[in-house]
Amino acid sequence: MRTNRLALAALAVTLAAGCSGAPQETASPSKAPAGPVTLTYWTWVPNMDKIVKVWNAANPDITVTVSKQAGGDDAAAKFLTAAKAGNPPDLVQAEYQMLPSFVAADAVADLTAETAQAKAEFGEGIWGLVTLGTDAVYALPQDSGPMMLYYRRDLFDKFGIEVPKTWQEYGEAARTVHKKDPEVFLGTFSSKDPGSFTGLAQQAGAQWWSISGESWKVAINDAATTKVADFWGGLVKEGVIDGQPYFTPEWNKALNDGKLLTWPSAVWGPGVLSSNAPKAKGKWAIAPLPQWSAGENSSGFWGGSSTAVAEKSPNRAAAAKFATWLNTDPEALELLVKEGAVYPAATKGGALLTEAPDYFSSQPDFWQQVAAISATARGFTFGPNVNVTYNAFKDGFDQAVQDKAGFAAAVGKMQEATLADMRKSGFQIAP
Amino acid sequence: MAAATRTAAHAAMRGALPLGFTSTAVLLLGAVYCLFPVSWVLVAATKSKAELFSISAFAPGTGLLSNLADLAAYRDGVFWLWLLNTLLYAGGGALLSTVVSTVSGYTLAKYRFPGRNVIFNLLLGGILVPAVVLAIPQYLLFSTVGLADTYWSVLLPQILHPYGIYLARVYAGAAIPDTLLEAGRIDGAGHGTLLRKVALPLMLPGMVTIFLFQFVAIWNNFLLPYIMLGDDQKFPLTVGLYTLLAAGANQPSLYNLIITGALVSIIPLIALFLTMQRYWRTDLSSGAVKH
Repeated sequence: MRTNRLALAALAVTLAAGCSGAPQETASPSKAPAGPVTLTYWTWVPNMDKIVKVWNAANPDITVTVSKQAGGDDAAAKFLTAAKAGNPPDLVQAEYQMLPSFVAADAVADLTAETAQAKAEFGEGIWGLVTLGTDAVYALPQDSGPMMLYYRRDLFDKFGIEVPKTWQEYGEAARTVHKKDPEVFLGTFSSKDPGSFTGLAQQAGAQWWSISGESWKVAINDAATTKVADFWGGLVKEGVIDGQPYFTPEWNKALNDGKLLTWPSAVWGPGVLSSNAPKAKGKWAIAPLPQWSAGENSSGFWGGSSTAVAEKSPNRAAAAKFATWLNTDPEALELLVKEGAVYPAATKGGALLTEAPDYFSSQPDFWQQVAAISATARGFTFGPNVNVTYNAFKDGFDQAVQDKAGFAAAVGKMQEATLADMRKSGFQIAP
Repeated sequence: MAAATRTAAHAAMRGALPLGFTSTAVLLLGAVYCLFPVSWVLVAATKSKAELFSISAFAPGTGLLSNLADLAAYRDGVFWLWLLNTLLYAGGGALLSTVVSTVSGYTLAKYRFPGRNVIFNLLLGGILVPAVVLAIPQYLLFSTVGLADTYWSVLLPQILHPYGIYLARVYAGAAIPDTLLEAGRIDGAGHGTLLRKVALPLMLPGMVTIFLFQFVAIWNNFLLPYIMLGDDQKFPLTVGLYTLLAAGANQPSLYNLIITGALVSIIPLIALFLTMQRYWRTDLSSGAVKH
């Protein structure tokens, strides 16, 4: 483990030419701040200002100011630029897949000492996402996105299909549905959402990045990923699965009109569905993702983020204290669930969710199901240049969906682009 | 003879009519092309969340008032703060930029001094550099002097506007006759008086043009404030509305609020254009001098 950490730190230095390259070797517990401090916090969790108000009332010495940002990849780029310019916020919301790039740029602090207590509050898979498989800790997990299958229960009955237990059954159901009504699809494959594909690959057992000794191993075109890509590519080629991306107005319309019957998505799906397809309220239900072979039971993660502390923050201890409260304190977790509509990463967070979302009123055991599924999600290590990989995904799969040409070549391109970028950035690659 | 004249007149009419018709048609087509998306925004803003993606694109919905109420209530009315910020950035920035452009343009057009052409050529070069390219270097510079994430960081970079100076120079060159300045000098006016009493009144239509150009440009600017500002209380509308759109992978975009917000945000622009139009009078100086 020690060498792993070193490898990562050394590689980070190579990448971050021009930044202060000192690896956070001397992460001794920083002293509590003497006077009152003010912390800035960049996040896009809804109503975070209300949650922080509760903290501020109880902690007059550490005042946190929330600045709501636009989420996603742009937020990561903005944070990295701010960190490079020397004025990052003290705290930042970091999506799991972006955290390694923050670490590589020396933009986030090592919180090993400050989070020694908090570790016990999280499951092993989630904790791995903020340690990157080393023995440093770069953030506190906030929410997670275990994947499941959302499906239209009423239309499944109408088309006379069963909830698919395996992906093979899913493919057959897709053929049946599309044959019965050519305007209706069982689902769609989105070439714009690499996170979704990554989650499905995780379910199949893919490990795209790993650190071995001094160097990185990149295996995006491994057997598991290729299997997932071939499966979806085949269905798109056959024309029984639609190729339109998620989250577009057309997709919303298809959901509203009942033209799409399933959506393999994460635990945050209800918010999206209730807002974008309000007409179908009470008609959707969830089930575990179809499996690759009968009797298996696994899932992957799509999305989720953590709270990191900027390396350049002068108030690391105070920031870590707040981040710990926000993501482990029962009161904060309840607020996160109620106000922020997130699925907390902390183990005891799941117990707070008892009443099924309004939209899923027909499935009273919604959260029990989620908890069961969540426990089956496989761990994963993200690499330092996920944005390159994800862009390669979008380029390659866009083309492949358009040409209906099968997806194996696109996976190869992802592997090549990722490797080339890591070599260029000076990372050592295991043969 | 008469017949021949009539034929010629007919021919002329035949020639004239289609021409008038064609240009009107082209203009109408252009107007439709420009107004079509705006009308879509107008119609879409009336749709409630449920109607937005389910009823046909140009069928009016029933949710305009509730959309406006939701927008006003979103995060305790932060939309209005963003609107005020935008007014400050666009109004203040355009005003300062107009002042700087006018004085510089006038000077470049009417005074001969060493380095005049070098400065002007540099400005022309400046027009060719897109502002987008400068945003990140500007951010790094502002960070160094500690001005990043302040109102100044958005205002200052937009004050010096090469295109505005270029426009002012061209306008001053054409609108202010040298003989008029000469006459003023003979009457004993200094540089300041000449600028205030002679040049500025003549340049007013040009200044209005520069002001409107800059106002619209700053109003619509996204990248500079996006990079410069971290504090959401200082955001302009463009960046603010973007936080509603990119709400993170696991949150739905608030489409109906964004569309309503976009609609509300163009109303001040339309009002500004309608009220400023009357300043666009040409030939202010005609008759001032005898050629």
